[in-house]
Amino acid sequence: MEPLNRRQFFRNTAALAGATWLTPVSQWLARADEKAPHRATANSVIVLWMAGGPSQLETFDPHPNTNIAGGTTAIKTATKDIQLAKGFERLAEEMASVSIIRSMMSKEGDHERGTYALKTGFRPDPTVIYPALGAIACHELAIGKTEIPRHVSILSSQWPARGGYLGDKYDAFLMDDPANPVPDTKSFLPAAQEQKRLESLNILDRAFSRGREKRVDETLHRETIQGALRMMSSEQLKAFDVSSEPRELRTSYGDTPFGRGCLAARRLIQAGVRCVEVTLSGWDSHVNNHTICSNNLKILDPAFSTLIRDLREKGLLEKTMVLCMGEFGRTPVINPAGGRDHWPTGFSLALAGGGIRGGQVIGQTDPEGKHPPADPVKVGDLHATVLSALGIDYKKVNETPIGRTIRFSEGEPIPQLVKS
Amino acid sequence: MWLKNLLFLGLLAGGGLTLAANLLPPRHGKALSNYHPEAYKTADFQNTVHNVDGSFRKLWEAEKIQPTTPATNLAIARRLSLGLMGTLPSLEEIRQFESLPTEEQIPWWIDHILQDRRYADYFAERLTRAVVGTEDGPFIFFRRRKFVSWLADEVFQNRPYDQIVRQLIASEGIWTDKPATNFISVTIEPEKQNQPNPVRIAGRVTRAFLGIRLDCAQCHNHPFAEWKQADFEGFAAFFGQTHVSLRGITDGTGDYEVEDMKTQAKRMVAPRVAFSPELLPNEGTLRERLATWITHRKNPYFAKAAVNRVWAILNGQPLVAPIDNLQTDGFIPPALQILADDFAEHNYDLQRLIRIIARLQVYQLDSQCEHDSGETLARTLGIFPLTRLRPEQMAGSILQASSVTTSDLDSYILLRLMRFGQQNEFLKRYGDSGDDEFDNRGGTIPQRLTLMNGKLVEEKIKESPLNANTRIKWLAADDAQAVESAYLACLTRRPTTEELQYFENLLKDPTITRGQALQNLFWALINSTEFSWNH
Repeated sequence: MEPLNRRQFFRNTAALAGATWLTPVSQWLARADEKAPHRATANSVIVLWMAGGPSQLETFDPHPNTNIAGGTTAIKTATKDIQLAKGFERLAEEMASVSIIRSMMSKEGDHERGTYALKTGFRPDPTVIYPALGAIACHELAIGKTEIPRHVSILSSQWPARGGYLGDKYDAFLMDDPANPVPDTKSFLPAAQEQKRLESLNILDRAFSRGREKRVDETLHRETIQGALRMMSSEQLKAFDVSSEPRELRTSYGDTPFGRGCLAARRLIQAGVRCVEVTLSGWDSHVNNHTICSNNLKILDPAFSTLIRDLREKGLLEKTMVLCMGEFGRTPVINPAGGRDHWPTGFSLALAGGGIRGGQVIGQTDPEGKHPPADPVKVGDLHATVLSALGIDYKKVNETPIGRTIRFSEGEPIPQLVKS
Repeated sequence: MWLKNLLFLGLLAGGGLTLAANLLPPRHGKALSNYHPEAYKTADFQNTVHNVDGSFRKLWEAEKIQPTTPATNLAIARRLSLGLMGTLPSLEEIRQFESLPTEEQIPWWIDHILQDRRYADYFAERLTRAVVGTEDGPFIFFRRRKFVSWLADEVFQNRPYDQIVRQLIASEGIWTDKPATNFISVTIEPEKQNQPNPVRIAGRVTRAFLGIRLDCAQCHNHPFAEWKQADFEGFAAFFGQTHVSLRGITDGTGDYEVEDMKTQAKRMVAPRVAFSPELLPNEGTLRERLATWITHRKNPYFAKAAVNRVWAILNGQPLVAPIDNLQTDGFIPPALQILADDFAEHNYDLQRLIRIIARLQVYQLDSQCEHDSGETLARTLGIFPLTRLRPEQMAGSILQASSVTTSDLDSYILLRLMRFGQQNEFLKRYGDSGDDEFDNRGGTIPQRLTLMNGKLVEEKIKESPLNANTRIKWLAADDAQAVESAYLACLTRRPTTEELQYFENLLKDPTITRGQALQNLFWALINSTEFSWNH
């Protein structure tokens, strides 16, 4: 698409959606795109976080008719040679935009440590907190005119994405089901009283600043209050509210908190948000693995596939990478309770959209489940891949607040996946 | 139901009565029976304080720095309270504090805190973060709450620090029965046959107890420091015989093998310390021997690392940063060595160390300064630093500021909630600063929203017989006293003339009730920069 057309396109989309409040942002996005170095293809990420560790065998890496499948069957997809587990019928249609890694290798088999590893690309370290992907994206990519937080976590699990050494201001903004209003953005008071309270703050600020002028400036306290007020009155807050979307589209995403979360994610990206994490919990299938997986797929399949289609229809797919992953996979052996246990060696995840070549499969797992997978991918490699798709220098060296120098990623991008 | 109502009425009446006593200055302070101002007057206590003060004076002279003036006693009391209990002094405590002769106020306050269970709980939580981190650890094998409350007991009894550390490193047994062993069991890896990870333990031990980063040598020879990869492997080997069995954490026999990162070949590594091998005893299990070596009077790092940590807890920033790198190529103030020597000579007495630091001139300096407030002044500690309150300090402060009486129970519940993880909505929304990564970043917009519009603040300033604003409304003699009480409860200081005038006027606003006006005042105080920063 030519830049001029693209700008036109953004305008049209915004107008069509009746979302006139989006127009300035879309225009800005279109302009920013023209200026950006061409190498960068995507500029935002949606992380579909599968909390608990989904079984690869019942999702992206089925091995039908083998012992390790435990009866799971597979379906064909729009891309020849790629099979998904039963339950992914709708995602199967979008396979040309989706790639799968089947040989993820992590060293963390514990939920908290595994979550940390997959979200940050590093193993937990006692002395530094590494930033999550979304925090890096917000830190490195242009701000634009976004008045709402640019890193958002919807239905966040116990361990939402953090800003780590980049600073707490890069922490994900946490919110529940988009059916509810955005937390803490409404004052409890009538406007006149609110105004009085804010004026009082100035009096207090003046007293505290005496003899501390410069240092009080450095606390950024005034800025965060301004930012909070700007957000409270921002039209862009409407991006969190999915109720104005056509009923048909909402149904397609699924009438579930996760489905609404994915729809809100699309709206937020459209408003200039850099990263949205949407969590689908309940994958910890130590017991009744198959039932748990198929129930979760009923939520995930419509939401994931509609998200891809919706992004494409709004002209956002090229610019938005969607990443669907959990903290680890599940054992090839089914335990006596009909469950599968934690398995960080050779698990699966899916990537789609911006900056990523679709229809690819990386790595292959052993149908007996005895040997390590072919073409193993380390967690750091995944992060390098996503960062380079966003046009971020994944080798960039940063200094933590206490003076350590750390690279954004210690891995290397997977060449097959990154568009050149 | 009637029981509940009765209880409520009882609370109401009781609350009103205690309050009357609280807001009016009591005749005399509730002096603690075992408060001994003499402890601060002994020659060797004063000597150490004098030596440290002298070392800073020398530094200021050399740098041509004029340190700022002393802070008020109330400001120092606030620092002590935040650092050691994670909360503010209550109005009730402030009244007691002010009823004492000026020169006795601070020593009394220090001792008052050291005998308060809130100190032990909070201090233990901070130490826990330093030694096992903030992770929940492996399910079944790690009991964080047991660990923290055991550590709090040790701190409360003022058990010598070297003995606490010895237990952490060398204890055997089951983590529920011998809570110290959680230090080892937190590293258990389910995917590695549930065995503890020597590398992770060794990394923690060197950073938390020695303030050195031997683990940087884990993968490569350290570019600056003298440590080699072999030093770290040899250190980790001390934990190579530690296993989990039916009897919990035990020590067996066997060799420690490491896998070469490149060739994947296995090779045996013998336990070995990186320096001062003469301090390592020959008797005992490997862990016992290492514990003796680490806590040895002559170990050049142990006492210094502890002093640096206690300093950081009290001041909001370590004396030498980063806190786990005493080998920094930056400037190391001579105070560190003086304090470390005193700490080791006095049987690693944590309370003595706290008392000494709190009595230092640098601890008692003001955080504002009319003259130069340049880099050198801050670097040489010629001015007390501003530090953002940690999330749990924020929560503790809001709870305390909104209650005129000392909220032991509330803060205790808060601590318990913290340990349960994310249950406390405020902490979840406010964010957790994690391990002790001391820095001075600004706050965030969601944090601001949580304070401006969030449930906790709203709950705590609404009109209710349990909330400070309502009690002040009932009992303050006039508007001036109401404003002053609110300032003391939230900011541990009195309003300036300008502030007093401004808020007195606001309380007279005819468009709102006096109760609403007081709510607004509390809202503003809690949302001020001053409230969110230790100063």
